[in-house]
Amino acid sequence: MESSILTLMIFFPLAGMVTVFCLPSQAKDLIRWTAFAFTLPAFFLGIWLYLNFDTTTTALQFVVNVPWIESFNIRYFVGVDGVSISMILLTAVLCPICILASWNIERAEKGYFALFLLLDTAMTGVFCAMDFFLFFIFWELMLLPMYFLIGIWGGPRREYAAIKFFLYTMLGSALMLVCMLVFYFQAGAVEGVGYTFDLTQLPAVAQHFQTEPLLLGFSLPQIMWLALFINFAVKIPAFPFHTWLPDAHVEAPTAISVILAGVLLKMGTYGILRVNYPLLPAETFFFAPYCLAALGAWNIVYGAFCALAQCFTEPKDLKKLVAYSSISHMGYVMLGMASFTPQGINGAVLQMFNHGTITAMLFLIVGVIYDRAHHRRIDGFGGLASVMPVYTGVMGLAFFAAMGLPGLSAFISEVLCLLGAWHTHKIPTLLGALTVIITASYLLWTIQQMFLGKPREEYADMHLSEINTRELCMLVPLGAIVVILGFYPHAVLDLLDVSLQGLNEVVLSASTNSSDAAAVALR
Amino acid sequence: MNLGSIESLAYLYPEGILVLSILAIFLVDLCVEDKERLGNIALVGAALALVFTSGLSFFGVRFIEGLQGAGEGWLFHRMIALDSFAIFFKVILSLSVVGTVWMSLGSREINGPNQGEYYGILLASGLGMFFMASATNLLLAYLSLEFVSLTSYVLTGYLTRNRRSGEAALKYLIYGGVASGTMIYGMSWIFGLTGSLDYAEINAALLQNAPDHLTLFIALVLMLAGFGYKIAAVPFHMWAPDVYHGAPIPVTAFLSVGSKAAGFALLMRFFYPALSQSGDAGMWQFVPGVEWPQLMLIVAMVTMTLGNLAALNQHNVKRLLAYSSIAHAGYILMGFVVLSDEGLRAMLFYIVVYYLMNLGAFIVVMVVANNTGREDLEGFRGLAWRGGALPAAAMAIFLFSLTGLPPLAGFIGKFYLFAAVVKGQFYWLAVVGILNSVVSLYYYARIVKTMFLDEPSDLEGEVALDPHNGSLLAILSVATVVLGVYWAPVFDFADRSTRFFLGS
Repeated sequence: MESSILTLMIFFPLAGMVTVFCLPSQAKDLIRWTAFAFTLPAFFLGIWLYLNFDTTTTALQFVVNVPWIESFNIRYFVGVDGVSISMILLTAVLCPICILASWNIERAEKGYFALFLLLDTAMTGVFCAMDFFLFFIFWELMLLPMYFLIGIWGGPRREYAAIKFFLYTMLGSALMLVCMLVFYFQAGAVEGVGYTFDLTQLPAVAQHFQTEPLLLGFSLPQIMWLALFINFAVKIPAFPFHTWLPDAHVEAPTAISVILAGVLLKMGTYGILRVNYPLLPAETFFFAPYCLAALGAWNIVYGAFCALAQCFTEPKDLKKLVAYSSISHMGYVMLGMASFTPQGINGAVLQMFNHGTITAMLFLIVGVIYDRAHHRRIDGFGGLASVMPVYTGVMGLAFFAAMGLPGLSAFISEVLCLLGAWHTHKIPTLLGALTVIITASYLLWTIQQMFLGKPREEYADMHLSEINTRELCMLVPLGAIVVILGFYPHAVLDLLDVSLQGLNEVVLSASTNSSDAAAVALR
Repeated sequence: MNLGSIESLAYLYPEGILVLSILAIFLVDLCVEDKERLGNIALVGAALALVFTSGLSFFGVRFIEGLQGAGEGWLFHRMIALDSFAIFFKVILSLSVVGTVWMSLGSREINGPNQGEYYGILLASGLGMFFMASATNLLLAYLSLEFVSLTSYVLTGYLTRNRRSGEAALKYLIYGGVASGTMIYGMSWIFGLTGSLDYAEINAALLQNAPDHLTLFIALVLMLAGFGYKIAAVPFHMWAPDVYHGAPIPVTAFLSVGSKAAGFALLMRFFYPALSQSGDAGMWQFVPGVEWPQLMLIVAMVTMTLGNLAALNQHNVKRLLAYSSIAHAGYILMGFVVLSDEGLRAMLFYIVVYYLMNLGAFIVVMVVANNTGREDLEGFRGLAWRGGALPAAAMAIFLFSLTGLPPLAGFIGKFYLFAAVVKGQFYWLAVVGILNSVVSLYYYARIVKTMFLDEPSDLEGEVALDPHNGSLLAILSVATVVLGVYWAPVFDFADRSTRFFLGS
């Protein structure tokens, strides 16, 4: 029973999808409540998982490992360790909240909630899968529901946004497919491993690749690292693969934006930690200063300036501002990961979790005001604080958390990332630290324009009602997590620490091995 | 085992059943008023042929004594082979015939006073394909190919009042005539080089007295014209878009599924057992001096790229699917060039998957055409929102499966093809194939977009699904999803079927 907890978390939403399909399409409330009910088991199982997770070991826990397709040695292999636990919890928390945020969906509710539950299954599956093939299946499975959710229920340019998202991700995952096959056949040639997709066995393959240059001076494992990195960088999204994100976010319905920013972006960095780090450790160490640290710093700066630009250029879209700010914040994750120090990597994964909760809040807040005013122009409001005081309070918490205010969760994780990276990557760290000023300026500017000052006269026609109970139910739990983790980050850090240090060790020892080998070759 | 004419008949039940059904259709056609019944006779005949074919291997049931165990051999004085490879293709081909007949029952184009001829010729075409799959002699290979071509011309031109249909038939005829003429010329060169038309003897002759390389190469290129024409590979693909566009929709489906599968069977049987040698560890070596894999590598890359790029800008869905089927011929050829058992079984597996998803896509096209009379993309606008939610959902499944997205069968098919290619270390081919999959996503998703994302225009009416098409669509779409999650039985079947009978 205990070991099947992950399987239950993955497939409960799928059962929900089937149930929703069987309901009559007129019973809209029934469909909503059913969808909500089927996301709750994963949430409660997540709490149970949190309480029973053994934080002292790097080993996988709650493992199920059974053959799936024997002729290719493909296995249904799921498990959880410190790298994935926080992401599984984040998904379990965000999914019920997103169902609540979807209450106002007014077209083909049945299809919407069914697809959403399918997406939930795919996301949980990605974080649990420990077989490369299974990982790939779940990874691709996310694409279809996402395409329809943006494309059918999105904003005016939804078709463009949906197909752009689809093409970008498909290109990345196609590269991953080839890499996966190369690993599989290489494993078949290694004594004691044999043909396998098992992510816990594939690390043994890394040393057996040929290292002579293959293309443009890069060796085969280096090319594979880059191909995998591009796949994950599309999801993060790292510059220059980020251009799908603002489009997708602006057009997607609120709940889907929350899922995109809260969970899907994390899959990029999670994938690098899960695949690139253990499977190609020496290449990871080789490329980290460029692809992770430098690109991460550039992401921080670039995202922040793009967000700032939304305050001044038409159409002054609040949602676009939040979208760019999440590109900026994901840069901290990349920078922290590249440091290979305990603080840096812990900070990176904690930042993934914190960014998931904070950005989710930001998008929900945008959704709340959009539902009432039917526009999201930053300059289209003013003096909201006196019309919607409670809403303004929640907004303040989220905005200040995003700014990195001490006492709130993001402060701890960003500082950890920067502290960890300082020793190894000085200039990127400096850039990242200085960008906090830009972040503060666009967020404060937005608060000032939208919430402060005198209330506008046209609010009388707009019927701006105060935030309602359903909306508070979505925002308050997230706000509580933000505050608690601000004071007591160990609630999450303790889960991660041991596994992440193990991962660090793998990369660092591989890098010393390869530099030893290079020294021997020189002699 | 090498049987003479009379003994061989005992192993020819599926073909015999097809012949009897054809005769029955023609006879009943003369007596009954209600032509609707003829389709049912054809369906029963095709289904019986399927049962007897698959009975030979699939269910482990012995319909024919003495076949299991040493159950392979030459029939009719080494004209055709009975081996697991042939049986695999006979199963696929009879499935294609069953699917096409079933589809035709619900088609408005086919429904008319001449139905009897249509069903008779359709089964005859299937019969020819059975022989294509098992021919081990160049003479019979040519005859069966011509038989299939001739029946296909008639089927294509079945809509006598439709100018496009007639034009398509004429184009098909001219291209086909040139291709088969070229092919038989190539065969005559092979005969001149080896002194035989029998595959096993050709193989032995080529290995013993190494022939002039250039001569052999030219002979092979000439023969490829015929094979390439049947599978619609570049540069012999030009007929496909026009013919697919003009033919009645069930015929288009039949050409894209059945004709292509039979063409691949002929191609594989000639190039593998006749021109190559089975080596160690499931690898094959081609006859020294003739580097046809290099040639086919280029053909495969060009075929998939050209097919996909040309499909990008099509507005007629049948035409779009025609280019897509050219591209898929390219994908399947990826398994052909790696010269390994992995490649072969990946091809076989892909052909099964391709059957499911392509037939399904054409059925949805037909459902739309039945209701609206349109075959262009506009006819699909907002399909999901005007009563056609089920066909639209099924179409989405088929199209994403054609793209190769998990967890659908098309992904597994592509996965095995790419696995064979990567294992053979043809990395460039893998990269080209992968990029092509991404390109293909664009035009497949465009149809999905039109069905789901666009609002229906007021002009188009409701789309209803009749039980015939609905049940077939349900079977095919469920199979496409199930095979994407659990495909081991079908894969094992394909794996068992890569054995050719080479003589004992």
